[in-house]
Amino acid sequence: MTNEKDTVNHSRRRFIKKSGLVVGGTLLGTFIGTSVQGNNQQSPPPPTSEKKNYNRALKFFTRREDFDTLSAATERIFPEDENGPGAIQLGVPYFIDHELASGYGHNDREYMKGPFFLGSEFQGYQSPLKRRDLFLKGLRKIEEVSKNDYNASFVDLEDEQQDELLTKFEEDKVEIKGVKASFFFNTLISATFSGAYADPLYGGNADMEGWNMKEFPGAQMSYLNEIEEENFIKKGPIALNDHM
Amino acid sequence: MVTKLDKVDVVVVGIGWAGGIISAELAKQGLKVVGLERGKYKTTEDYQMVHDEYRYAVRYELMQDLSKETITFRNNPDEQALPMRQLGAFLLGTGVGGASTHWNGDTWRFLPYDFELKTMTEKKYGKNKIPNEYTIQDWGITYDELEPYYDKFEKTAGTSGEESPLGPPRKNPYPNPPMKTTPMLELFTKSAKNLGLHPFRLPSGNLSQTYTNPDGQTLNQCQYCGFCEKFGCEYGAKSTPVVTVIPTAEKTGNFDLRPYSNVTGIIHDGKKAAGVRYVDVQTGEEFEQAADVVVLTSYTMNNSKLLLLSELGRPYDPKTGDGVTGKNYCYHITAKATGFFKDKYNASMGAGALGVTVDDYNGDFFDHTDLDFIHGGSISIKQLGKRPILENAVPKGTKVWGKEFKQQSIKYYNRSIAAWAQGTSLPHRNNYISLDPTYKDAYGLPLTRLTYDFTEHDAKIFHFLTDRIAEIIEEMGAELVEKGEISEHFDIVPGWNDHITGGVILGDNPETSALNNYLQMWDAENVFVIGASAFPHNGGYNPTGTVGALAYRAAEGIQKYLEKGGQLVKANLKNKLA
Repeated sequence: MTNEKDTVNHSRRRFIKKSGLVVGGTLLGTFIGTSVQGNNQQSPPPPTSEKKNYNRALKFFTRREDFDTLSAATERIFPEDENGPGAIQLGVPYFIDHELASGYGHNDREYMKGPFFLGSEFQGYQSPLKRRDLFLKGLRKIEEVSKNDYNASFVDLEDEQQDELLTKFEEDKVEIKGVKASFFFNTLISATFSGAYADPLYGGNADMEGWNMKEFPGAQMSYLNEIEEENFIKKGPIALNDHM
Repeated sequence: MVTKLDKVDVVVVGIGWAGGIISAELAKQGLKVVGLERGKYKTTEDYQMVHDEYRYAVRYELMQDLSKETITFRNNPDEQALPMRQLGAFLLGTGVGGASTHWNGDTWRFLPYDFELKTMTEKKYGKNKIPNEYTIQDWGITYDELEPYYDKFEKTAGTSGEESPLGPPRKNPYPNPPMKTTPMLELFTKSAKNLGLHPFRLPSGNLSQTYTNPDGQTLNQCQYCGFCEKFGCEYGAKSTPVVTVIPTAEKTGNFDLRPYSNVTGIIHDGKKAAGVRYVDVQTGEEFEQAADVVVLTSYTMNNSKLLLLSELGRPYDPKTGDGVTGKNYCYHITAKATGFFKDKYNASMGAGALGVTVDDYNGDFFDHTDLDFIHGGSISIKQLGKRPILENAVPKGTKVWGKEFKQQSIKYYNRSIAAWAQGTSLPHRNNYISLDPTYKDAYGLPLTRLTYDFTEHDAKIFHFLTDRIAEIIEEMGAELVEKGEISEHFDIVPGWNDHITGGVILGDNPETSALNNYLQMWDAENVFVIGASAFPHNGGYNPTGTVGALAYRAAEGIQKYLEKGGQLVKANLKNKLA
């Protein structure tokens, strides 16, 4: 079985390399068809939980309590339900931690030069605050509001109370210095969905369970032989790891 | 210390579709061409890890690095413009291949009506149909004159399509048949026909079969993998310069492509250009490249910026209406309706331009006598291939996070279908491009300043087309149909489309246009400016087909100019309208 998998992956790699050159036409479709079929016959990889996952440690957050607030908030945004796992089980908080340590957290490909003015509501983000600082400020504000309003840590609140508190952020009923609470919250929502559905290479979407819930087949190479099909085709997803 | 480089025949600024076409056509004629591209060199091999929604569609891997250069934006001339700090409303490409690396491939011809918009509108509906503040004008070229160049572009690109039943005359059929069809497209087609409309297959730059173009470049068959817009194609199956005109230029031995070269200005004496200045962005070294002809092909924003920075041409002034550079900036009006269906579709499968279109509400295919707007737009359903991070259609009223959102977004992932329109955007005297007085790019040069707001006409087109799309979706049997909305003012954040046009427009009169119909500057005979920047207004289709046709036209013009010099077109001087 291992050998078979290796063969498939090697031919895939060879193919991708070759596709950069001029490839003869008729061969192409057949070749890809075979390659993808071969891949579908692989047994699924063992669930991550069975093995120790060294990726799950913090490279941005320095305080465990900030990370716990983040985890609880993402779980309310994307909760576990009858469809499948929620943000925590998918690894979303780790995804966000790792992204905040990277270019995303530093707004590295965005224009961050001054002068800064508030601007109209149609002119977009206009703050020197980087995402890594935005998250820290926002998460600590969540905890602060929780202690003020409920006399308890956010992580210890009931689900309904957590939702009620987050809704205050959504509706700008909370003040965060220098940035709108709704901007922080919308950024947190986007990051949560990214962590739930991005390729598992980023540390979220554990075992491709995010994709399974949406019946998204992942990084398939080709649908040439299926695109015309009348009925819905349920395909187990594959990740970029399969393209290596 | 600036290094001066030996003179060449032609220097081209920006190597996307327009720059690639110019380079290929002129290098084939034996001319020495230097191509300067600010971004990196990319080919098909660079897309082996491309099926990654987060990297390419969320984090914008292929787009312009805004930390180096962005634009500033305001809705009207009385506001303070502020930097577009993050990408949103439109995406700007970068690198060899430019924005066409990440395009979807919709390859359209504009309508005969577009090229003579002012004349034909006034003839049929009178002079007062459109208020004076809309600066519409004819293009100085007709559809029939441009037809052979459209044909040439489609053959280079390998466009796969079928003739529109309402469309303008074509001398030749598309070089390739339409792509495969799908149940979703069939349902749209049947429903549109039920409503008396004329659906046809969208002309696509995702190839229906393997094809070798007239330059001997082979494009492969599309694999319907669902990763097209915002992504590069790892199969070389999408019409891009990287698999067509760039290798064609390279194989002549006459094309010197220099990536990482950011052009900062045109050297000129007010009448003719001597070359361009550029910075090697990896070393900081500065160069001057002398050339007989300077060609700007650096997308709508940069084409205007380079002319304004270099003080070549006459900047547009919205107060007086004088000047031309920066004038007639237009966007595209993207109307949309979404249907929520009972059955599941294979929504993850698809391709960027896999679609069906109706033209019945485009151009002047319907009578506007009793309507308070002109023109319209093409309505298309496209099976792009859904991806899970950004595709979360839920019925209105659903909270945008939490339990209910999760359930609904999962339920409708394969059960929602949207159709879209590319709606015409007319120019308005207050919508224009200029230089920002405050903010600078990484080279210390002013940022481009965009002043733009939706016009009343834009909103009318939007609402009209939205209602027409909703009728089709309703006929398709959706359990629920929801219409898209347009914001009160143009907002720089939510993504619509990347079809930004105008700023360096063509026409027949130097008083109202920057270029003649060979894309040659009226004010500098050896400078040619190519792109959607040349459109006097934006029509009811995606712009790339027309950019390609204009580039082939310009390539012919440059050859003529190098042979005999001077202005290639006689100016039609007439009294400017108030």
